[in-house]
Amino acid sequence: MTLSQKLLLVALRLAIGWHFLYEGLSKMANPNWSSAGYLLDSGGFLKQFFYNLAANPNVLKVVDFMNIWGLILIGLGLILGVFTRAAIISGIVLMVFYYLSHPHFIGIKYALPSDGSYLVVNKLVVEGLALGVLLAFPTWKEWGIDRWIFGIRRAKG
Amino acid sequence: MTMNRRDVLKSLISLPVVGGLAYAWYRKRKYEKFLRMNIQEELKLSPETPLYNLNNSQEKEIRLGLIGYGIRGKDLAVAAGFAHPGMIDEWKAGALNDKQDKRYEDYLAQDSLNARITAVCDIFDTYGRMAQEAGANVYREGAGGKMGEGPKRYLNYLDLINASDVDAVIIATPDHWHGPMTIAAARAGKHVYCEKPLTWTVEETYEVRKAVKENQVVFQLGHQGRQNESYLKATEIIDQGLLGNISLIEVTTNRNDPNGAWVYPIHPDANQNTIDWQQFIGQAPWHDFSLVRYFRWRCWWDYSTGLSGDLLTHEYDAMNQIFNLGIPHSAVSSGGIYFFKDGRTVPDVLHTVFEYPERDLTLMYSATLASNRKRGRVIMGHDGSMELGSSMTIYVDRGSDRYKDKIESGIIDPDLPIFTYTPGLKNVDAITSPTEQYFAGRGLMYTYRGGERVDTTYLHISEWLKCIRNGGQTSCNIDQAFEEAMTAHMGTLAYKENRQVFWDEANEKII
Repeated sequence: MTLSQKLLLVALRLAIGWHFLYEGLSKMANPNWSSAGYLLDSGGFLKQFFYNLAANPNVLKVVDFMNIWGLILIGLGLILGVFTRAAIISGIVLMVFYYLSHPHFIGIKYALPSDGSYLVVNKLVVEGLALGVLLAFPTWKEWGIDRWIFGIRRAKG
Repeated sequence: MTMNRRDVLKSLISLPVVGGLAYAWYRKRKYEKFLRMNIQEELKLSPETPLYNLNNSQEKEIRLGLIGYGIRGKDLAVAAGFAHPGMIDEWKAGALNDKQDKRYEDYLAQDSLNARITAVCDIFDTYGRMAQEAGANVYREGAGGKMGEGPKRYLNYLDLINASDVDAVIIATPDHWHGPMTIAAARAGKHVYCEKPLTWTVEETYEVRKAVKENQVVFQLGHQGRQNESYLKATEIIDQGLLGNISLIEVTTNRNDPNGAWVYPIHPDANQNTIDWQQFIGQAPWHDFSLVRYFRWRCWWDYSTGLSGDLLTHEYDAMNQIFNLGIPHSAVSSGGIYFFKDGRTVPDVLHTVFEYPERDLTLMYSATLASNRKRGRVIMGHDGSMELGSSMTIYVDRGSDRYKDKIESGIIDPDLPIFTYTPGLKNVDAITSPTEQYFAGRGLMYTYRGGERVDTTYLHISEWLKCIRNGGQTSCNIDQAFEEAMTAHMGTLAYKENRQVFWDEANEKII
């Protein structure tokens, strides 16, 4: 890999990490934030599943907690390059869930405003695929704290 | 593996990014805090929500008589803690089908008011029997469950009122019966919870007030919106003058389904043998037996007060609660029967404008029963406006003098609300029918106390019982009820006589 290829991949990792981390922090900072509104606006073939998550207050609390801390930890993982593989995979899982709750299929309409025009592919798909690219071209072993973690493990082995 | 300086730097490449985000976040929070502080400087609101502590002293059981077990009578019985077993079964089934259907859960969570229904009266046999079954349902069971002692059914309301085991009565009958029943109950020394509007005619309004005051009974008019948390907050904001001089208040009714237009279903058991038609007519002009008139009585002036008494009064009372408006100086009305041409005599489209010259404001009511288009309830001031329903939103006015500096410096954006208040924000609630949605949206069904969803009617009845036990004033007492009735009558007279009507304050007369 050339240096510019490496640098751009690291920059992509940092940008996605920043986005995740700030999404998590801003939700944590808002005491009134809840995933209920988003869940209840769900569309597509799995919408009932997402409605059910919102309908049970205890489940909703878990969903809210996992969203906030999932986003924060994934964001930190991507930026710092620490347990990056696990962070990327978790990030992709999260994107898949978000997308399944709000797929942009023909005929599905949402009450929540969308920030662009989408047909099947939306920004969730793009961000999820970008995470896939990061997984396929690991940069953290060189550029990130994982270098130490895995370096030390390797040294021990 | 050894690590050189270059490797260490590479592995820590991202630390500056974390620092950058932390700094940007800090700046953003600081900016938001600055905006908030500036807005809070204007809005000095008490942060706490009213507490769900009704303090119903449990020492004395109150024995209730329930007159009328129609649509509203059933709601009131539920609020008092007596749901019909059939309703419990329906709610249970609803909760099984839809996890968001919380009617059963909410009902079980409703604290006991330490009241017992000892007497019921309904002139339709089926409803009379159902009222007895509801009154017996002290264990909140479904059909076939364990029941308590059932209340006695009376065929005439006077016998119920005079029964020695009745301390207080709940009146949920057609409008033309509210006055006579309240007068009779008050004279018998029984406390009264009466559905709105207070009266059907102007004349009986004076009599009702006199009877309630002379006999010193505790009276509550059924405007349960009085218990709405948003209204309490709205009052706080208005009292501080945050909206500036308020010149116009616009309130509306927007419904678009037969049920909302009072075209209620006719019960299959109903006929001349199961209904005491003579008693139904009461002081109304005679008309031959009619099932349509019996079940859809709101559509005829003969028994009803139309939009004025039925729906305007909720809107008016909400504003009277917040502004202490009193009876208006004058009223004009117009409208007609434009959609529901089913033989009704009351209009389905109505607009009434009330003037309050000494308050420098107009209260405008506009209603249609044939369009759901959502029009809010809006309070318009020189410095800001407020939209009020189950939640509350405040916008600063672009032309405001009070906020001029803050608008110019960008601290306040007139396009965005400076304050939104949604009680129970984190709760997900299911509301089933369009009429229920209408009431819920206008804050007439549920409110929140300490984050818990509570039925406003339950709070309203509970407050009435508390005053019976411990004294004190109900929030919609006889003076406010008098104002409500006179205001509604002014609107109705203006419509019927097609002229501007005035309130002669010195003589307490509509002229």
